[in-house]
Amino acid sequence: MSNYIPTTEEQQAQMLKEIGLKRIDELFESIPEKVRLNRKLNLPEKMSEPELAEHMYELAASNKNLDEYDCFLGAGAYDHYIPAVIEHITGRSEFYTAYTPYQPEISQGTLQAIFEYQTMICGLTGMDVSNASMYDGATALAEAAAMSCKVTGRKEILVPCAVHPEYKEVLKTYARFNGSVVVETEYKNGVTDIDALKSKISANTAAIIIQNPNFFGSIENLESFAELAHGNGALLIAYVDPVSLGILKAPGEAGADIVVGEGQSLGNPVSFGGPYLGFLAAKEKFMRKMPGRIVGQTVDKTGKRGFVLTMQAREQHIRREKATSNICSNQALNALAATVYLTVMGKKGLKEVAQLCVKKAHYAYKKLIETGKFKTVFTAPFFKEFLVKSEIPIQDLNKKLLDYKIIGGYPIEKNYPELKNCWLLAVTEKRSRKDIDRLASIAAELSSVGSGRLK
Amino acid sequence: MDRKLIFEISKEGRKAYSLPACDVPETDIETLIPPEYLRKSEPDLPEVSEIDLVRHFIGLSKLNHSVDTGFYPLGSCTMKYNPKINESLANLSGFAKVHPYQDESAVQGCLGILYNMDMMLAEITGMERVSLQPAAGAHGELAGLMIIKAYHESRGEYNRNKIIVPDSSHGTNPASASVAGFEVVEVKSNGHGCVDVDSLRSVLNDNVAGLMLTNPNTLGLFEESIVEIADLVHEAGGLLYYDGANANAILGISRPGDMGFDVVHLNLHKSFSTPHGGGGPGSGPVGVKKELVPFLPTPVVEKNEDGYYYLDYDRPKSIGRVRSFYGNFGVVVKAYAYIMSLGADGLRKVSEAAVLNANYMMHKLKKYYHLPFEQPCMHEFVISGQKQKEKGVSTLDIAKRLMDFGYHPPTIYFPLIVKEAMMIEPTETESKETLDGFIEAMVQIAREVEEEPETVLNAPHGAAVSRLDETRAARNPILRWKD
Repeated sequence: MSNYIPTTEEQQAQMLKEIGLKRIDELFESIPEKVRLNRKLNLPEKMSEPELAEHMYELAASNKNLDEYDCFLGAGAYDHYIPAVIEHITGRSEFYTAYTPYQPEISQGTLQAIFEYQTMICGLTGMDVSNASMYDGATALAEAAAMSCKVTGRKEILVPCAVHPEYKEVLKTYARFNGSVVVETEYKNGVTDIDALKSKISANTAAIIIQNPNFFGSIENLESFAELAHGNGALLIAYVDPVSLGILKAPGEAGADIVVGEGQSLGNPVSFGGPYLGFLAAKEKFMRKMPGRIVGQTVDKTGKRGFVLTMQAREQHIRREKATSNICSNQALNALAATVYLTVMGKKGLKEVAQLCVKKAHYAYKKLIETGKFKTVFTAPFFKEFLVKSEIPIQDLNKKLLDYKIIGGYPIEKNYPELKNCWLLAVTEKRSRKDIDRLASIAAELSSVGSGRLK
Repeated sequence: MDRKLIFEISKEGRKAYSLPACDVPETDIETLIPPEYLRKSEPDLPEVSEIDLVRHFIGLSKLNHSVDTGFYPLGSCTMKYNPKINESLANLSGFAKVHPYQDESAVQGCLGILYNMDMMLAEITGMERVSLQPAAGAHGELAGLMIIKAYHESRGEYNRNKIIVPDSSHGTNPASASVAGFEVVEVKSNGHGCVDVDSLRSVLNDNVAGLMLTNPNTLGLFEESIVEIADLVHEAGGLLYYDGANANAILGISRPGDMGFDVVHLNLHKSFSTPHGGGGPGSGPVGVKKELVPFLPTPVVEKNEDGYYYLDYDRPKSIGRVRSFYGNFGVVVKAYAYIMSLGADGLRKVSEAAVLNANYMMHKLKKYYHLPFEQPCMHEFVISGQKQKEKGVSTLDIAKRLMDFGYHPPTIYFPLIVKEAMMIEPTETESKETLDGFIEAMVQIAREVEEEPETVLNAPHGAAVSRLDETRAARNPILRWKD
């Protein structure tokens, strides 16, 4: 028996006897002979725990990691500090080994935590209602787009090019199958070109999507897009960086109807792309069109406050093919990490994190420009990410930077061929002045064509 | 007294954070960002010290039932034990602190895990390739159905817009089909709880894109006519989709690919031991047969002749992305460690023990509760509380009473085709002693229904709250805390 199976061979024999069988194989007689696998699966030999640990340490060691490298890479996944207390909460067995809270009397811990999460997301975004989480920011965006089509009865979604390329891809995948149409529009000086949107908006437009800060890191004028959308009977979907909301105006205040985003920055490690959490919040009038789990407050038989999964008439297990979405499991534990993160930071801490990001990012921008090896790309205001133009290809530069234990920014040319040799750098509160100075001087040296001094 | 919310213990001036002082030249934020873009007031978040935070959330955790604190026979959810080594390994810096956009040369270990999981899950399911991008079971279903649609469209068969699901299916099946742009056609079950082959035959035509099936089905029964079903669907030009929610019964015993399925999703958070986290993160890999490989989500991890792993984005027939990056990687690491620690024999023993445990419980309980389908089950079984209902005690009451014994109730009122259903899945990680304890509690409850029904009707007696008014919650939604 394996260490995870507690019944002994003797007990198994006894259990078989009680049900009137002799061999375990007899339990599988309902499986037609023709479809039984009458051989051993071809898998690697099993490993003991120490062997497994050794194997995994080796695999882990073949990756470069952010504990050992200074990271200036963002583009949707950010190296913010994760307070130590978070893993002591999310590591509680009672949280991480529970299922979705279907039985509220013995799931009040998860339910109340989600209720607190929903309240914090509403507080940050300026929305009335938040759900319990989505798979990630990209799928939250795709669900918000589908929701806007249901709300407006229209089919077209306007998406500026300044939205993260992968989010656009996910949006297009969902749209191809749910019958909506994604229309892309241009950017100008690093922000969404409102005139381009004006020329494309019509009576078919269900929503305009604005990412803020956008993929280039630039801050968008949400209010002007809200006005444009509403003037045409469409919704404004704002995709936001939750950390930026420590200082940036709440999208609800700027007129957004649905707010979504990637919650990874809130206490979740970058973890090679997941698990993260998407958040999705909306104005109250759209509440019953929202996808996913939502927790509500109620009372028990004695009048005591308690929490339950609510408005389930929207969901797949009740409505089946008529549900607002097919989502079932979401990212509850990551949402718990976000809740604990926002509790640790509180209103002052989140503001401080956001301010540190802004100041350090601007300092890094200035230092890089001062080297003379990097040029300004856009002049729009930015939050924690910005572009500079290099003299050499970014992929080469990044490869060389690894030798100096630096993970460089994103080679944006991959998605925007017109932004040749442009480098998208992210600077979080974790980067010290020393780290930034080092990046600027080494990157400048490496950019000097024919430089032989550095390897 | 009500348990306080974090906002109700907040006090201005308290803090739980510690951040470095600004070490770059101080600049007024308003000179960097136009003031009209800035908040006028701080966001509405609580202010507490670290000990307040810890006591609050640890206090909340104690209100939860969990696998680590007690038996959790929640049918169709496979609440097996979550090995601790897997948690430790996924938290290693070399996995948890790796950025998804690092250069391929700097993430070979991560890509290797994704590639080898693809290969191992393909072997386990009898598929050609497996994408690890979907984030949960329903997400895997959606990706799989998109693949089916893209396949038919690539052959010019735009008319194939219907997906067949049995009336015993999970709610996510019809919901996913609908999100993928299909119409849903339901087929009835026969007297044995399996797909009625004649009903199926009557709905098969040129408009059918495929059939979604859970096998073993949601009654815990292996579809007896699976070979015939697969042939019929294929002859009609449709494809077969396997909902892997119940794969815990078949590991190393029978493979969906050999049963005739073309597309499979698995729930790593069910059969492959990763924890459910109170509702996620899960992981819902989707596997396909050879002719469907071109349609898998982008990117796919490939290995070149030198053993170097790389991401292949050049896939013109792909359905595209269904999620950012490469899926719930941290969850995949845990499932990878699980498979490596069990090997082929270990996985087979998992299914054998899971099926034995379920049959043992079913055998013991059928004397006290109605068993709608009298035949050996797979990894789970469904009993009905209809005998007890006649005495005025519902399945919901029985479920609540089980809490008093320290057990999580089974899945109730599902599948929809059994009245007063209780779907019990013990999993392989429970001992005979635990099963006997649960059986004893169920027997006692059956006796209470006869002798003292009030005890059951008023349950639970020892939980943090008594039964909650769900109607009130839905009618007058309070979805966030307000002052």
